[in-house]
Amino acid sequence: MANNEVQNQSLIEKLQLIDRRIIFVFIACAVVIPLLVGATMEEETTPIVQAFFDYVENLPEDSRVLLSFDYGPTTAPEIQPMADAIVRHCAERKCKLYMMAVWATGHNLTGETIVNVLNPEFPDYKYGEEYVNLGYKAGNQGLIRLLLVDFKRMYSTDAAGTAIDSIPMMENINNLKNFDLIVSFGGGFPGIKEWVLYAGDPGNVPVGGGCTAVSAPLLYPYYPNQLIGLLGGAKGAAEYENALITAYPQYENKRMAGMSLMVSQTVSHMVIIFFIIFGNVLYFLHRSKQKANGIEGGQS
Amino acid sequence: MKRTVPLAITFIVGTVLVLADFIPHKPFGNLGDDFSLYFDIIAVFAFLLGGGNLIRVHLTKINRKRPDWQFSIVTLVGFVVMLAAGIFKISNPEGIQGDVAAIGSLFNDLYMYIFTPLQASMFALLAFFVGSASYRAFRAKNIEATILLIAAFIILLGRTPFGLWLTEGLTGDLAFLQIPNLANWVMDVPNLAGQRAIMIGIALGVISMSLRVILGVERTYLGQDSD
Repeated sequence: MANNEVQNQSLIEKLQLIDRRIIFVFIACAVVIPLLVGATMEEETTPIVQAFFDYVENLPEDSRVLLSFDYGPTTAPEIQPMADAIVRHCAERKCKLYMMAVWATGHNLTGETIVNVLNPEFPDYKYGEEYVNLGYKAGNQGLIRLLLVDFKRMYSTDAAGTAIDSIPMMENINNLKNFDLIVSFGGGFPGIKEWVLYAGDPGNVPVGGGCTAVSAPLLYPYYPNQLIGLLGGAKGAAEYENALITAYPQYENKRMAGMSLMVSQTVSHMVIIFFIIFGNVLYFLHRSKQKANGIEGGQS
Repeated sequence: MKRTVPLAITFIVGTVLVLADFIPHKPFGNLGDDFSLYFDIIAVFAFLLGGGNLIRVHLTKINRKRPDWQFSIVTLVGFVVMLAAGIFKISNPEGIQGDVAAIGSLFNDLYMYIFTPLQASMFALLAFFVGSASYRAFRAKNIEATILLIAAFIILLGRTPFGLWLTEGLTGDLAFLQIPNLANWVMDVPNLAGQRAIMIGIALGVISMSLRVILGVERTYLGQDSD
């Protein structure tokens, strides 16, 4: 009985009911092969990313930049390239970097950026003088609100337990208003929105952000008045990397994560577009066939 | 008494925090900051409660051999090992006073080599489901679905260099029809308008709900028998 039903199915119906594992294989190939090949793709920088880049580019030497790593391993493939690119850029501008996290999972990823970018590429950057890792603190938006009033009340030590007053670069830091720029990586809660609402707006401190592609549309209303710029997903990271290479040609031959991911993303988008078109063609063919059958049935 | 005290605390704290925003001077300004600090302390205790609750729930599940109780063992072992690695800073090169996430510590190794791949794999599954859904569910069945489909097309193509490559021949007055420009327009105009409307709606809802909570009209947060 079941076999007869399968045999009676038209090719269109069979294609519509195709085993989803076949689709999974296409997606897997689209994502994995470009990553294995190691190809990179340049991205033209859009105004919202360029505005962020220009702001950092125009920061004077020794500007104080607070970087909050508000994400976890789930979104790290999209956000870590942004964090790396912005840290690279800030270090090129000789800014002082204050790293922290309002997400428990963000603290370890701060270490990744320090170990993979800051230490090998900028060996002259000294801990405590040019950069500091303050670590994670609980409290979500409550923490941000308190940092705006009294920074050292919440951070009495850095992540390694060193007294905050013994760290030279913390000397004139009393609250968030002492920073020239706050950058939040991560579009979840708490994240960019909370930094805007509880620090940027009440403290009049410029805030920039980098988030996943799915979170970016939710944050567009804050640009340009409350966010100096926004990096959305792997594309945002690739755009920032492109701007960085344009301004600093020494990075031209450096393999950057955002640009590598863009090849994978482009191919997988193409596969998805193909599936949408193909699926709709099958849908309309099936519908027209059903209509035709209905008319024939009515006539008979 | 069981209901009056929490209602009184909510009323006092809520009113003071609202006033602190409009009158940022003594005593309201300071009280607002103090309450934020209390929130921070309570948040830390919530971790303890959360941990305790996790142990209780999973121990009960193992004891009563409920379906899939074996997974609870994995959860508890993972919880205890990670907790011990963090608290006692096992194999931490910086010692017991060092950074909990120092490179080379057991905590960081567990995080980087177990937790990260597990979480990244879970999130990566999304790509497969999006691919499957694009083939099976994304149909132009009616006008609304067709508009959504067109917008998705523009964004999908606009988010890749392929979109520019397809339409880079459109220059001058027609440059706005280049797919990346159309994608930016979708994000900057319809998306922005929709998001703003949602945000304003949510904000009004939050204000209304907050007033109900502060004034004691809304009592569901007190749990059962709140009426």
